[in-house]
Amino acid sequence: MQNNFPNEGMSVIVKTITRFTVWLIFLYGLYIVIHGHLSPGGGFAGGVIVALSYVHLTLAYGKNFVLERVDKFAMNSLEAIAAILIVLTGIVGLYITGYFFANFMGVGKLYTLLSAGYIPMLNIFICVKVGMGLYLVFYYLASFKPKEG
Amino acid sequence: MPVDIWLYFILGFMIIGSIACLEIKNILSSIITIGVVGLGLSLAFLFLGAPDLALVQFVFEILCMIILIRAFAKRSIEVRALRRDVPETIIAIVILASIFVLSIFAFKDLPSFGKPIVRVAERYLAQAGVETGSQNIITAVILNYRVYDTLGEVTVLFTAILGTFTILRKTGRKKRHAE
Repeated sequence: MQNNFPNEGMSVIVKTITRFTVWLIFLYGLYIVIHGHLSPGGGFAGGVIVALSYVHLTLAYGKNFVLERVDKFAMNSLEAIAAILIVLTGIVGLYITGYFFANFMGVGKLYTLLSAGYIPMLNIFICVKVGMGLYLVFYYLASFKPKEG
Repeated sequence: MPVDIWLYFILGFMIIGSIACLEIKNILSSIITIGVVGLGLSLAFLFLGAPDLALVQFVFEILCMIILIRAFAKRSIEVRALRRDVPETIIAIVILASIFVLSIFAFKDLPSFGKPIVRVAERYLAQAGVETGSQNIITAVILNYRVYDTLGEVTVLFTAILGTFTILRKTGRKKRHAE
């Protein structure tokens, strides 16, 4: 990947190591989310790990490197869309079964990846929401500069 | 060694960490002692057999520490030496001692460790796999039985993030209109 901001961020050693570790952290977060109904973890823990992978990239390469690839507006929109989709899941349950947030997708076979009805879906929505939201909070708090005087 | 002794050890460590956090003058060291408290809590959850909570606490503590260090450690924050008045200290000690004595009476009536009053957990343990199809019972509880709770949690997080954006944005709406 071409780096347009070589002077920002940390030293060459940190940047080289980050290239090996950041996708491992990201994929671990996704694993935690997708296996949320089978193993410890879930949408919230996985979302925080995904946000931490973005934070890792920001700390090593500087914030402009990340913002060039992932737009801030896109992050804001993704977070809001995920929040709407969570509520929409509840409304679809209300429409099909008559109860708000009722499981409308069936139970499935126990111990398999595609089971537990809408739980994996909600996990993915929560992951997107928490990951994007917490990264944006980090971005705003870390790049905030109080005015002089 | 039994779990209880490890738990007392970790809790003592956390109390020492929180006292050190208040007393240290350097702000970076103070933030790191907050991290000690949080990671100790994560270990305590692990010893109590709650890997879900331990994972969330561990990951979240690291994120909090990164945010705190990044946002506050390089700022020059004035540390004012706290002047302690004698009557204020006496009042604080009296109130704390009375709360301590009252809490001894209150905690005597609590159900003993591992024997909760609420029996609904037994039903969850027995029926969660059949009713929700989720192997991880904690996920089954928070995303199926108690999904309203999760909806509230998502709303709280959304509001918190919205508040951060609103406070830390560069130009306010009124200013942009005036230009």
